[in-house]
Amino acid sequence: MGSIVTRLAGALLCAAVAAGPARAADKLKVGFVYVGPVADYGYSYQHDLSRKALAEALPGAVETTFLENVPEADSERAIEKLARSGAGLIFTTSFGFMEPTLKVAKKFPTVKFEHATGYKRAGNVSTYSARFYEGRYVCGKIAGKLSKSGTVGYIASFPIPEVVSGINAFMLGAQSVNPDIKLKIVWVNTWFDPGKEAEAAKALLAQGADILTQHTDSAAPLQEAEKAGKLAFGQSSDQYRFAPKAQLTSIVDDWNGYVIQEARAVLDGTWKSHDSWGGIKDGMVVLAPFTNMPDDVKALAEETKQGIVAGRIHPFEGPVLKQDGSVAVKAGERAPDPMILGMNWYVKGIDDRLTQ
Amino acid sequence: MSLDIVQMVLVTVLAAATPLILAGIGELVVERSGVLNLGVEGMMVLGAAAGFAVAAWTGSTGLGALGGAGAGLLLAALFGLLTVVLAANQVASGLALTILGLGLSGLVGAGYVGMKRDPAPHLDLPGLTDLPGIGRLLFGHDAFVYAALLLVAGVWWFLWRTRAGLTLRAIGDDHAATHALGLKVRKVRFLAVLFGGACAGLAGAYLSLAYTPFWAPAMTAGRGWIALALVVFASWRPLRVAAGALLFGGATVLQLHAQAAGLGLPGQLLSAVPYLATILALVLLSLGRRRGGSLAPAALGRVFAPSR
Repeated sequence: MGSIVTRLAGALLCAAVAAGPARAADKLKVGFVYVGPVADYGYSYQHDLSRKALAEALPGAVETTFLENVPEADSERAIEKLARSGAGLIFTTSFGFMEPTLKVAKKFPTVKFEHATGYKRAGNVSTYSARFYEGRYVCGKIAGKLSKSGTVGYIASFPIPEVVSGINAFMLGAQSVNPDIKLKIVWVNTWFDPGKEAEAAKALLAQGADILTQHTDSAAPLQEAEKAGKLAFGQSSDQYRFAPKAQLTSIVDDWNGYVIQEARAVLDGTWKSHDSWGGIKDGMVVLAPFTNMPDDVKALAEETKQGIVAGRIHPFEGPVLKQDGSVAVKAGERAPDPMILGMNWYVKGIDDRLTQ
Repeated sequence: MSLDIVQMVLVTVLAAATPLILAGIGELVVERSGVLNLGVEGMMVLGAAAGFAVAAWTGSTGLGALGGAGAGLLLAALFGLLTVVLAANQVASGLALTILGLGLSGLVGAGYVGMKRDPAPHLDLPGLTDLPGIGRLLFGHDAFVYAALLLVAGVWWFLWRTRAGLTLRAIGDDHAATHALGLKVRKVRFLAVLFGGACAGLAGAYLSLAYTPFWAPAMTAGRGWIALALVVFASWRPLRVAAGALLFGGATVLQLHAQAAGLGLPGQLLSAVPYLATILALVLLSLGRRRGGSLAPAALGRVFAPSR
């Protein structure tokens, strides 16, 4: 009798010990690191939407946390903090987090990392990005059609390939409908500073730009355009509410599908390090409704978008010439992905100079 | 036409300098009394959030400005309680205040993200504001800009022309001696800290109500730190703080215009110009007038605990 009780107790104890960690491991902790505030109504906001979508799509299976406003210089500490607190999958969402992500990934080989917009991978580090340049090409066509002064203002953040390829795609789109279009570029050297972005917008408007586009995250440039009675494109999320009379469209990032897919892969044990680059076709790049433009321009924008989805149109379809006139992409060819991912030169027609 | 552009640039320079002037002049008074408050950024960003929240709630920009100043003042009161009353370390408390302010502002502003308001109204005097060349520059700003300029004049007058100002400066230079003379060291310092907080809050409210009229977390983007640095480089003199702020704002705006005009210089180089120009100018200025000894208030940052 006594022995049965002890055996039962022993079995129960074993079961309890075995079940304890198993239950804890069931729930996948997914961490997100943002460079800006989640409430920026831009890049970080869109990423946080995907975190919420993930929590909704896999309730009970995942647990999400995030760190916002993480400076790129201090990101290693933040990423490590998430890894240490038991996260199994960590999304580091800014280009500047690349090296810190790799460093932390080395220290935590069982944790899976997903780095946005970077190009360095490791066994447990995937990279993902969106083909924003496709959206910018559509915007360029719209701007080329609508600009009366023939000058478009571009507020740029940092001279990294993603930004440079965006500028080039925009310019190529604009040139395809107006070969003489001028692009004025102002580098503000920040992703988010409403005041400075507004000043840059004012400077561009004063220099004769009548359409603004930006690769920074606040709605301030749109508001300046609205105030001046000019037009502008939103960034990262639909910013129509800030400038209902000025926003033409906005390049919206939609990470929901990708984030959910990757979390599923980790749960299934099928996760592998890889590189994804989705565009309009994959639903990663979404264009907000075309507004404040006549019907023929709207039709052109729609047609361009459909062409990109169908593969008929490629923003970097040859011939593409560099600033000095040398051929970057031959006629009949399309720029291969590595070229776009490492783009550090301007296309012909852009006056600005890139520091190498 | 080109005259209009020059005027427009000068108008934006003044607008860009205003938050720095407001926060800088407040911090100057605090430091002149011998207290180093590194929490300017925190008080500023809380002022921006609270100012926008109050303005959105009441529909009044004026009340919003008061709300922003009030929020900065409350946060400063906490700092004063710690450092002046309880004699805690000022550097640590100030840094904590920045972090607290950033966090609190996110909480206060959470419900107001993505809302927009009309910017604060600009002065419009028929006849005067339309004067070509100078009308907009002299008579076309919002109330914050005029308040900032009046504040500079007021603080200058207070510090150098009144007995109370002399007392404040004396306390900042030697709290033990002034205490022995029977001056109320801690009361004066506490009031100075409150004034600095209100100014920083007002600077924040200017950002969210007039400069870029919406609330976004962390929208101060480091302006509080620049205001702090300006006070040091301006060697604790009100007019130099204003001049430094104008120079910094001016260089910021001008380098953006230079880029837009296509001067062909790399943007990264131009972006460094405001910092270099401001540091250089203010350092040269303080070198020229130097007559031995430090320019800083002698008791700056030192904790005072009266012996009883």
